[in-house]
Amino acid sequence: MKAILTVIGKDNVGIIAGVSSKLAELNVNILDVSQTIMDGYFTMMMVLDLEKASTSFAEIKASLSEKGTVLGVQIKIQREEIFTSMHSL
Amino acid sequence: METKQILETIRMIEEEKLDIRTITMGISLLDCIDSDGAKARTKIYDKMTRRAENLVKTGAAIEEEFGIPIIHKRISVTPISLIAGASQDENYTAFAQTLDDVAKSTGVNFVGGFSALVQKGYTTGDRKLIQSIPEALATTEFVCSSVNVGSTRSGINMDAIKQMGGIVKETAARTADQQGLGCAKLVIFANAVEDNPFMAGAFHGVGEEDCILNVGVSGPGVVKRALEKVKGQPFDVVSETVKKIAFKITRMGQLVGREASERLGVPFGIVDLSLAPTPAVGDSVAHILEEMGLESVGTHGTTAALALLNDAVKKGGVMACSHVGGLSGAFIPVSEDAGMIDAVNRGALNLEKLEAMTAVCSVGLDMIAVPGDTPAETIAAMIADEAAIGVINNKTTAVRVIPAPGKAVGETVEFGGLLGHAPVMAVNRHKSADFINRGGRIPAPIHSFKN
Repeated sequence: MKAILTVIGKDNVGIIAGVSSKLAELNVNILDVSQTIMDGYFTMMMVLDLEKASTSFAEIKASLSEKGTVLGVQIKIQREEIFTSMHSL
Repeated sequence: METKQILETIRMIEEEKLDIRTITMGISLLDCIDSDGAKARTKIYDKMTRRAENLVKTGAAIEEEFGIPIIHKRISVTPISLIAGASQDENYTAFAQTLDDVAKSTGVNFVGGFSALVQKGYTTGDRKLIQSIPEALATTEFVCSSVNVGSTRSGINMDAIKQMGGIVKETAARTADQQGLGCAKLVIFANAVEDNPFMAGAFHGVGEEDCILNVGVSGPGVVKRALEKVKGQPFDVVSETVKKIAFKITRMGQLVGREASERLGVPFGIVDLSLAPTPAVGDSVAHILEEMGLESVGTHGTTAALALLNDAVKKGGVMACSHVGGLSGAFIPVSEDAGMIDAVNRGALNLEKLEAMTAVCSVGLDMIAVPGDTPAETIAAMIADEAAIGVINNKTTAVRVIPAPGKAVGETVEFGGLLGHAPVMAVNRHKSADFINRGGRIPAPIHSFKN
């Protein structure tokens, strides 16, 4: 299962490191990353492969959201299909 | 995948309130018919709770994984008049209570189908069901009721309309302690559809499969936001913009419906491409019409704006999903739409304009509070007018009015939740009683003879 992770918030030291180490801990593979500053906000998107993840989607979502609180950013994870189905035929 | 597209989807959900309004499981109860009412009810309870056991849980899991809210999970069933008709029961309230028990044990938000189809005439079951409606709606919490009183193929049953005027009044009286809430769960249709996932009018038609999943999408806020970007441009651009956004909204419905149907092992029926408002800020159909350049919904030009919107939503959505069905269009309930409520309060929107709007929207006079002393014949006459619009124009129309007990024009009725609050609107004070008391049937229109 592929998912899209989005991180939005105030730029700070250690956001990418924090998120990717959490993903490694959950055995989630990062397939692609893009990062930019939009309107002054740190905006990062990752394409993830959850095939070998060590836990359920709900738990991954909860632990990432918890990590977001620590880092002061908003972290979302949604299955990829919601984006592909909306924007492509 | 482009960053811009990902952010667009997230913004649509978070800021513009894009959601899946409902996944509705249609369950046929034809195999629950029994000459013993109690036995029939046991069969109904068993079948429904078995079929819908995982509906709420599955809906919640999809919400979690895809990050899109699914506001309601509902069940629609075969019109109960057909099921209960074989029993010897005189009052069908017990059947409504069984449906209510199913809602409680499965956790669904509503069960629709305490219904009768009497567009041409009554069966004994239809008669008993309709007489049971006030008590059934007063003694249950989650049951919705609908009665079809006309169709393009068979004309308008004026006897049924006369009766329904009285039933609406009685339902309001029986739920007077809740400001007539029972009437919010009762719809009177012309040209009712068999696969509608929206309440209060959902029922599972006899032409449908044993069990099926229908999805209703929503998202007026998304359409409004898209139109903000094309301010002042011609209607060709407005129509194109609505089509594109309706396509995107409908894709969500298709995705969620397909996913839910796979997980539940139930065939996927249709996506209902409706713009369904809620009382929340930024979730209003009225505001879309105002964005097109009207100072207030209800002023001259409103009907044209709504016609364009309703048509463009369908055109955009049709290609986005495999099967379109239900009501599909723009809903214009008053109490459930912040913009409609404001328009009534500022004197810009009245019942006559709403009636005109129903000729081009997907349903009819919806969630409108009228004075508690409105005569039953006047309500029946309102139903007759709506039925005529539907029957002549080959479309579904409906009436869901609340004669709010003890309330007069200028007062407000509070329902709460998705049902919102409604300012009591003025009705024409001239009598229609002699017209309604004629009874009989208005014949089918000439254009119904297509064979």
